Amino acid sequence: MNAAGILQIVIFFAVVTAGAIPLGAYMARVYTGEKTWLDPVLGPIERLVYKICLIKPDQEQHWTVYAFSALVFSVIGLLLMYAVMRLQALLPLNPAEMAAVAPDLAFNTAVSFTTNTNWQNYGGESTMAYLTQMLGMTVKNFTSAATGMAVLVALVRGFARKQAKTVGNFYVDSIRSILYVLLPLAVVVTLALVWQGMPQNLDAYAEATTLEGARQVIAQGPVASQVAIKHLGTNGGGFFNANSAHPFENPTALTNLIEMAGQLLISAGLVFAFGRMIGDRKQARALYIAMALMLATGIGFAYWAEAGGNPRVQAMGVDIASTDTAPGGNMEGKEVRFGIANSAMFAAVTTGTSTGAVNSMHDSFMPLGGMVPMVNMMLGEVIFGGVGAGLHGMIVFVIVAVFIAGLMVGRTPEYLGKKMEAREVKLAVLCILIFPLSILGFGALAMVLPVGLASIAAPGPHGLSEVLYAYTSATGNNGSAFGGLSGNTLFYNTTLAAAMLIGRFLIIVPTLAIAGSLAAKRIVPPSAGTFPTHGSLFIGLLIAVIVVIGGLTFFPVLALGPIVEHFALTAGTLF
Amino acid sequence: MIKQILPAILLTLLLTVLLGLGYPLAMTGIAGTLFPTQAHGSLIERNGRVVGSALIGQGFDRPDYFHPRPSATTGADPADATKTVPAPYNASNSMGSNASPSSKAYIEATQALVDQLKAENPDARIPVPVDLVTASGSGLDPHISPAAVEYQLPRVAKARHVAEAELRALVAGHTEGRVLGILGEARINVLKLNVVLDERWPRAK
Repeated sequence: MNAAGILQIVIFFAVVTAGAIPLGAYMARVYTGEKTWLDPVLGPIERLVYKICLIKPDQEQHWTVYAFSALVFSVIGLLLMYAVMRLQALLPLNPAEMAAVAPDLAFNTAVSFTTNTNWQNYGGESTMAYLTQMLGMTVKNFTSAATGMAVLVALVRGFARKQAKTVGNFYVDSIRSILYVLLPLAVVVTLALVWQGMPQNLDAYAEATTLEGARQVIAQGPVASQVAIKHLGTNGGGFFNANSAHPFENPTALTNLIEMAGQLLISAGLVFAFGRMIGDRKQARALYIAMALMLATGIGFAYWAEAGGNPRVQAMGVDIASTDTAPGGNMEGKEVRFGIANSAMFAAVTTGTSTGAVNSMHDSFMPLGGMVPMVNMMLGEVIFGGVGAGLHGMIVFVIVAVFIAGLMVGRTPEYLGKKMEAREVKLAVLCILIFPLSILGFGALAMVLPVGLASIAAPGPHGLSEVLYAYTSATGNNGSAFGGLSGNTLFYNTTLAAAMLIGRFLIIVPTLAIAGSLAAKRIVPPSAGTFPTHGSLFIGLLIAVIVVIGGLTFFPVLALGPIVEHFALTAGTLF
Repeated sequence: MIKQILPAILLTLLLTVLLGLGYPLAMTGIAGTLFPTQAHGSLIERNGRVVGSALIGQGFDRPDYFHPRPSATTGADPADATKTVPAPYNASNSMGSNASPSSKAYIEATQALVDQLKAENPDARIPVPVDLVTASGSGLDPHISPAAVEYQLPRVAKARHVAEAELRALVAGHTEGRVLGILGEARINVLKLNVVLDERWPRAK
């Protein structure tokens, strides 16, 4: 660890916070239907979309209809994406002549992009036609992000409204998310990325003759337009197999900053939008501080672990000191232009948010360094989390936290003037329990079945980490991987798809049920007995609840994976 | 029921056209006009032939070139298309090694790389820099660290019959610092440096 690395981490937080506050104010206007400065351009387009799609924007939905619309919209998109992959060999814009994607892989991929996971059991440049990347991946990056944002907005309305029957209109919330937030940002980010060197073309793969006379085929494509939304929408699915480690997908340290900030910008902005929509910005500030503290802890820990390097490599006389002329540390799976600090920071950011893009190979991180992304995901993808999904997950933890606080003082818990009663707490606990159930259930299954064990690449405890990481990533709708695991098998394609569906929809539906139940309640004015939820005491309690639930659930399996691997490696044992 | 499903179908189709065709094609047009070189992959031409991309690493084995980092990319086995074989710097199949830090095979392979580097660079004056014995995340890393250049410099100077000081001065001019002085790490683009080597000190045929 050195000063230059720490300075870059500080700059990153400053950039994100400076961008998220005004964006949050803007998004609050978008979701409350107030005028924005983009109205003159986008207003007519928005109305045309409603007209073509037979959507009545003034017609609000009960939470059950809202949830049904979200499910139907997801399923139809999933089917279309599956069809495009299966038919890509017959469609245009396929200069590399990619064959049809196999049924189980196409299913896994369609589920993956629909659930905002973007787990990839394929390499983009060796599997997908340009048209598939555009019609499938790029479109899903927008729509799955918009779905998450819409669900959050419905939940926030649950707090803001009193004795209401409806929580909004799903189609309006999604369309406004895309038109007013995602698309304008994506256009700006795309151009910035191309300026820095990212390709954006429909050319055939370039053929080069290297200086030593070898033939090198260089993959091309409409990269930047997909990568921009991949980060803004916390999707994370790479255009190329190596994702944001690929020099075309992340050419410079500046694009690296843009990509990391892009992942956090909307999730962080939505926290501030939440504060404005409920009319109490102090509440949002508390959640923001809790998230930022957890993220900074993860970044610091991963940076420390990776900068320490591999003791066995150091023993060979290799120089692992980080200096101005050498990155040092553990550089296996990392790129020189990013070095240690930016690789560790990216790993923590991409798993704190549910993005899952990677600029270095997490499988080759040191045992404790690789544990950071895993723990970030196990905590429920609430450290900013996915766009929308992160904050609605965090609010679920808030409900549990005020419930625990209520138990301690013997009062009915309340949050933002809404009484948290048996129904809300039960639904919140359901959201939280789905996580370990899916991760540990599927993980255990894979560890006892020969088809599960056959895909593991690493020997010893690291092999368990590969499987554990896979189901954590799928259930958390993250999508990053310990890439050594061969996921493109019938078993993993199917079980990972199931984990992704569970992690998405079995959380969205109870969350919307909470929204509906809250919207119907009265708002109780705060009294002397109300537990304040904007101070440092509450921030501490909230973090403790998240860490204790995650810790108690997953500590045993982490002890058998990365923790034992760390101690073995330090003691000189290899596998 | 149908009243709820029909908008979902229509919206999916409309967004597929708008975001799947309109957005990427418009971006391709605008980016290609504003930044034509970057948009087409930053290709480098020499004597009218494409020799590579400024952003994509390529393999170098000869002693008179600077060598890049190890690459873990693979390609289809020419003998059996269902299998893959190591194919370093395959720019149509990016990947890292995904090696586990505690695996015996990884530590042995790294030891072999260290031994090979030491044998190739008997006159090196500094310890082996870590980036020269670790595979990059993409397998296409175009850069090595300034230390990795310095490590190889005596070998290249000898093979090109130039004074080390002269070569070191050339390298200094091709070292890129942190972006804006802060972001990322110092680095040198191996392909660009080797192109300049060939221009300055053409190889005797």
